[in-house]
Amino acid sequence: MTRTPNSRFFGRLDGDIAGILLLAALLIVVLPLGLDIFRLNMVGKYLTYAFVALGLVLCWGSAGILSLGQGIFFGIGGYCMAMFLKLEASSPEATKIQSTPGIPDFMDWNQLKELPWFWEPFHSLTFATVAVVAVPALLAFIVGLAMFKRRVGGVYFAIITQAFAAILTILIVGQQGYTGGINGITDLRTLKGWDIRTDEAKLVLYFVNAALLIGCILLCLYVRRSKLGRILVALRDKEDRVRFSGYDVANFKIFVFCFAAALSAVGGAMFTLQVGFMSPSFVGIVPSIEMVIYCAVGGRLSLLGAVYGTLLVNWAKTMLSESFPELWLFAMGALFIGVVMVFPNGLAGLYQQFIAPRLGRLRPRSGSGAGAPIIPPHTAAD
Amino acid sequence: MSSDKINADKLTGGAHSPLRRKLLLGMAALPAIGLLPRGALAQALPTDAVNTTKLAVTDSTVKVGILHSTTGTMAISETGSVQAEKLAIAQINEMGGVLGRKIEVIQEDGASDWPTFAEKARKLLVEDKVAAVFGCWTSASRKAVLPVFEQYNGMLYYPTFYEGLEQSKNVIYTGQEATQQILAGLDWVTKEKGAKTFFLIGSDYIWPRTSNKIARKHIEMHGQKVVGEEYFPLGHTQFNSVINKIKLTKPDVIYASVVGGSNVAFYKQLKAAGIDLNKQTLMTISVTEDEMLGIGGENIAGAYACMKYFQSLKNPNNEKFVAAFKKMWGGESVIGDVTQAGYLGPWLWKLTAEKAKSFDIDKIAAASAGIEFTGAPEGYVRVHENHHLWSKTRVGRARTDGQFDVVFETADLIEPNPFPKGYQ
Repeated sequence: MTRTPNSRFFGRLDGDIAGILLLAALLIVVLPLGLDIFRLNMVGKYLTYAFVALGLVLCWGSAGILSLGQGIFFGIGGYCMAMFLKLEASSPEATKIQSTPGIPDFMDWNQLKELPWFWEPFHSLTFATVAVVAVPALLAFIVGLAMFKRRVGGVYFAIITQAFAAILTILIVGQQGYTGGINGITDLRTLKGWDIRTDEAKLVLYFVNAALLIGCILLCLYVRRSKLGRILVALRDKEDRVRFSGYDVANFKIFVFCFAAALSAVGGAMFTLQVGFMSPSFVGIVPSIEMVIYCAVGGRLSLLGAVYGTLLVNWAKTMLSESFPELWLFAMGALFIGVVMVFPNGLAGLYQQFIAPRLGRLRPRSGSGAGAPIIPPHTAAD
Repeated sequence: MSSDKINADKLTGGAHSPLRRKLLLGMAALPAIGLLPRGALAQALPTDAVNTTKLAVTDSTVKVGILHSTTGTMAISETGSVQAEKLAIAQINEMGGVLGRKIEVIQEDGASDWPTFAEKARKLLVEDKVAAVFGCWTSASRKAVLPVFEQYNGMLYYPTFYEGLEQSKNVIYTGQEATQQILAGLDWVTKEKGAKTFFLIGSDYIWPRTSNKIARKHIEMHGQKVVGEEYFPLGHTQFNSVINKIKLTKPDVIYASVVGGSNVAFYKQLKAAGIDLNKQTLMTISVTEDEMLGIGGENIAGAYACMKYFQSLKNPNNEKFVAAFKKMWGGESVIGDVTQAGYLGPWLWKLTAEKAKSFDIDKIAAASAGIEFTGAPEGYVRVHENHHLWSKTRVGRARTDGQFDVVFETADLIEPNPFPKGYQ
C-alpha cells in the first residue's frame, strides 16, 4: 500500500499534537509546580513574546516575509489594553490630587484638561479587547496593501517595517500628553475591579496566557496544514510560479502579515496585564529585532521551536544578567552568533538532526519523516 | 532535629525558599548549628527583634540591593551613582555596619530598559528580600518600579533630581525635586543679571516639561517674560533651528534642560553659531560634572548650572568624600550632583535604621522624617515628612577644566515641595 498524502498528513499531525501536548504539560503542570510565583510570572512574561515568535514562524518561516517591525503590533496591542486599565485606575477618587481629576496622571502632568477623544472608547473593556486585535490587524493590512500590491518584498520590506517601528516610537515619545511619552503607561491596577497585582491574579493570568498560547499554536498549525499554508510555502520558494499559476500572491502575503500582527498584539495585551505597564521600549527597532532573534534561536520553521527559543533566550537573559550584571550582554551576543553560525535552524534544527532520528529508531513503524516539516535543503541554509 | 531545621530555615530565609543554592547553604549550615552552645541560639533572638518581616537579615549581615543601568545608554550616567553607593556602603561596613550587621550588596542591571528595572526590582524584593534598594536614575525607571515597591513594601533610595509630583511611603528622594532646584536659581539670575526675558529649551520628556512649567509660572509671576519654549526628542543632535530662534529673540537668559548625549551637540553648535556664553547668560539644570566630560569644558565654560552639589564645593565633608571617591575609583573620576545624592542613600538608611532600631520597612518609612546627616558632602541635610530632603541650592559657573566655581548658595536649606501650589 502506498502512503497517500492524506495518511501522511495525519501521521505528521500526530507528531505535532504530541509535541503540543508535551509543551502544554510543561507550561500548565511542570512549571507552575516547579517555580514560585515570581519566577512563574517571569515565564508568563516570556511567553507573551512567544506569540510574536509564532507569528514570525508563519510570516517569515513559512511565507518568507521578514518583518523587523513586529514590536509595532506587540506595542499597539499592549497599549490598547493599557489604555483601558489606565482609565480604570484613573477614577476621580483615585486622582483627586491632580489639577484635573479623572484623567490619567501623565495627562495632568502635561497640562491636558480633558480626556482626548480617542481615549474615550477605551472605557469599555469590550472595545479595548476588540481593539487589541483589530487595530494592529488594520494597520498591518494598510502596510501590507501598500507594500505587497506594489511587489515590494525581501530586504526592502524588512527595512520599511523597521522604519515604521522607528516612526511609531518617535510618535509615542513625542506625544507624551496623549501616550505617556517615554515613561509609557504605568501603574495599572485593576481589571474590572479585579486587582491584577496580587499573586493570585498573576497565577490566573499565567494560566490564561498559557492556554491562549496553546490555542494560538493550534490555530497556526491549522493554517500551516491548510491549502493556504502550502501556498505560503510555495510563494516563499518560487513566487513567480505561484503567480503564474493564477494566484494573487499579494493577498496571501497581506493575510499572513495581518495574522502575524494579530498574534503579536495578543501577546502585547497579555504582557500589559502581567507586567502592569506598557512603554515605547517594546515598540522600537531593538525589541523588534530581538523578537526575530527569539524566532531564529528556536528555529524559524517550527512553531514549537519558536516557543522554546523565546523561553530559552529570555531565561538566559534573566539568569546571565542576574549573575553577571556587567558582562551579560557579551554572553548574549556570543549566544546569538553561535546560533547563526552553528545552528542556522535553531533549536528545532538540533532536534531534527540529533533527537528525532533516535526517536524514529525507537518506533520504526511511524515512518522516517514523522514530525519533520518538509524543508528544502537550500532554504534551510539561507 | 526539628529545632535544627527551624534554625536552618531562619538562616536560609524561609523553608519555601526556591533557590537551591540557598537550600544547599542552609544544609551546609545544619551540622554547624548542632555544634552551637545553647547560648548562641539565644543570641539569634535580636535579629527577630529588628526584623519582623522576614527580610534578608542575619545576626551578622544585612542584604541591600543596588539597581542601576550598568549597560545601555544610561550606563554612562548611572555608573557614578553605583560607585558612590558602593563607597558609602564600604565606609559604613568599615565603621561596623548597620545595627551591628555588615551590609552585603546584591547588584542588578536595569539595562537602561524600564521593564527590566521593574523585573529586577521585583526580584530584589521577592527573591532576595533586601532591606533597602539604592537605585534608579531616569523618571521612567522610577515610575516603572514604584508600583513594585508599593506592592511588595520595599524601600527605594532614589538619587536623581527629578520633576516632583510624586510622594511615596516606599521612596526616599535624595535628589532635589523641581521647585528646590529651579526657583532659587531663577531668583538669583534675575537679581544678579537683571534678567527680563527667558528662552526655555529642553529634551522632550516629563522632567524638562514639568521643570519648564514651574520655571514659566515663576517667571511670569514676577512680571518677566518667556520668549520661547522648545523641546527636542531624546538623542536629538540638530539644534541649529532653535539657535537661530535664540539669536532672533535675544533672550536675557537661555534656560536649558537638555539631557544626555544631546548636550554635546547643543553646546558645540551654540559655540559654532558664535554665541559666547561669557556674554550670553545660559542657565542649565541638567549639566553636572559628568556631562561636562562629554561636552568638553571649552564648549560650555561660562554657563551657569543650578543644582545642590558641585565637586569643587569647599567644606571638610566634601574634601574627605572626594578624596575617598578618587582613592576607590581612580583619580580621573569626576563627581556630579546625582553621584553625591547617591552617596547619601546608604547613610540615610543606616541612620534611619539606627533610629528605628529595626530593619522593618514600615518602621524605616516612619522613622525617616527628621533624620539628619551632618556628614553629607553637600553639607547638612535633613529628611522632610514628605520623604524628600531639605537641601541648599547652589549656582556654579562652568570652567574650561570641567569643574564649576560655586558663585552662589542659598543661606538656608530649602523646603522640598513636590506638589507646589500655584505651579501646577
